[in-house]
Amino acid sequence: MSYPNLSAIDLLKAMQNGEVTALEVTQKSLGQIETTDSKIRALLDTHAETALQAATDVDRKRRAGEQLGRLAGIPITLKDNICVTGQPASCSSRMLQNHVPVYDAHIVELLKKEDAVLLGRANMDEFAMGSSCENSAFQKTHNPWNTDCAPGGSSGGSAAVVAAGMVPLSIGSDTGGSIRQPAAFCGVVGVKPTYGRVSRYGLIAFASSLDQIGPFARNVTDAALLLEVLSGHDRRDSTSVDVPVPQLTANLDKPLEGLKIGIVAEHYREGLNEEVAQALTQAQDVYRSLGAEIKEVETPHARYGVAAYYIIAPSEASGNLARYDGVHYGHRAELAQGQNLVDMYELSRAQGFGTEVKRRIMLGTYALSSGYYDAYYLKALKVRRLIAQDFNTAFEQVDVILSPTTPTPAFRIGELVDDPLKMYLNDIYTIGANLAGIPAASIPCGSSSDGLPIGMQLLAPPFEEERLLRAARMFEQATTWSNRIPVQMGGNSI
Amino acid sequence: MTLSIEDIAKVARLARLRLSPEELSQLGDQLGKTLKYIDILNEVETENVEPMAHAFDVENVFRADVVQPSLDRSVALSNAPKTDGKYFLVPQIIESGE
Repeated sequence: MSYPNLSAIDLLKAMQNGEVTALEVTQKSLGQIETTDSKIRALLDTHAETALQAATDVDRKRRAGEQLGRLAGIPITLKDNICVTGQPASCSSRMLQNHVPVYDAHIVELLKKEDAVLLGRANMDEFAMGSSCENSAFQKTHNPWNTDCAPGGSSGGSAAVVAAGMVPLSIGSDTGGSIRQPAAFCGVVGVKPTYGRVSRYGLIAFASSLDQIGPFARNVTDAALLLEVLSGHDRRDSTSVDVPVPQLTANLDKPLEGLKIGIVAEHYREGLNEEVAQALTQAQDVYRSLGAEIKEVETPHARYGVAAYYIIAPSEASGNLARYDGVHYGHRAELAQGQNLVDMYELSRAQGFGTEVKRRIMLGTYALSSGYYDAYYLKALKVRRLIAQDFNTAFEQVDVILSPTTPTPAFRIGELVDDPLKMYLNDIYTIGANLAGIPAASIPCGSSSDGLPIGMQLLAPPFEEERLLRAARMFEQATTWSNRIPVQMGGNSI
Repeated sequence: MTLSIEDIAKVARLARLRLSPEELSQLGDQLGKTLKYIDILNEVETENVEPMAHAFDVENVFRADVVQPSLDRSVALSNAPKTDGKYFLVPQIIESGE
């Protein structure tokens, strides 16, 4: 098998058996970037020199018989909102174009400890606001399955690098579906962990009560391995939860006995693309054939999720992004004679932020402003509780819930840019998990007549990532949708 | 829900964003449409529902008040647009009083 198709687990085995060195793996990865990324434009930059050095260190440690980490020699890319000391992190925004973090994110410390090779930073929608990567201030990323299509967003670059075989693993963040939606569009596995499972220290904030870091991979086993590394308590994030890190890989291949899967009838009514609906029906049949029981559950408030989210997330964002004032870091406008501090704030922010970021700051500021706080923000928080309670009730009857990840396969670049509301409705199936804080994953489950990937979403109760991924792995073992790379990217699938 | 240019300009001032007249009018239009959609929240009866600000009920997290190493001044200033090596510099705020 050629490099692009090799999973992290394959590469780890090959390195352990001496079939390939870590240096060769990183060189292969850089080679695949060289041949494919001019078409995909998933990466903002690569750190070839430090990556080759890190790989060389892994080989040296291995030769010396030193203990190696769980990701030793595996190339990995980070979304551009994760801080690494001395390497730029811009959130794909002009505001942070020259921002060079002075500390490592918690997850970066963990990845370094496990000897992963940090290879570059991936394009995203500016400040993680968007569903297509078109809101990046720097470049448009293309879907590896059809370069006329968007990779999804906001973690579109992180999904595309894995889909195009450049790296086996990458890191994204998910506030309303920003890992799962691009995973579905690009035909890879993406996991949003339980809120608090992974430390947000060093993740540049969007909406702090919803943001969560998670893995992209080409199969469930790789995703489980990476999530196991990322998980764990960190005192520097006060919302990080101090519970034992789950053994996600240990029993992953063991099917869950008597699995009860919930489906929600409303998901299959209006707005769902026919081919996506068909793939989901087939997925239900696969689970039935594996002995699972499919049971209808109700989540009556789910239909209000997008509305509640587009009050709560912009409100939190308007506060979080107030820090970009042109003083401590970020863009500062050139001032003319006689212009004052307020001019500096207003001009710096007007020049540094793109349209979608301004739109959300305005929406959030409006929702929190005097006279509207109760009608919008408080109302949305109450609806949020009802949405979370729906999940609690559903999980008394079933072990996991199965739904589409997105209403359609990948849309074309430019198709939705002028209609923000229609773009927002792309998140209709994914937003609930963020509002409720529960773990959810998108897994490839089909292909459209145009050859675009289709994803299904599994959701589980809080801190039940092991159950979530074992249920996903059951499906993966019975089907062939994972581990596919488009043939035009040098992979195995047309 | 329609927002007047004055409403939108007020929000932009609160958000410290200097927007062009074209931006104000376009954003006003789009925000109006989004808020109209958000009005579906009024269909939901929330009389006795507690607002949920966080996914899980979190309590204050405390740590011992012990001095620990933090960033060096030069490092903390390294991303600042303007400094004198000791402080962040901003345009003059207090009138010189002459």
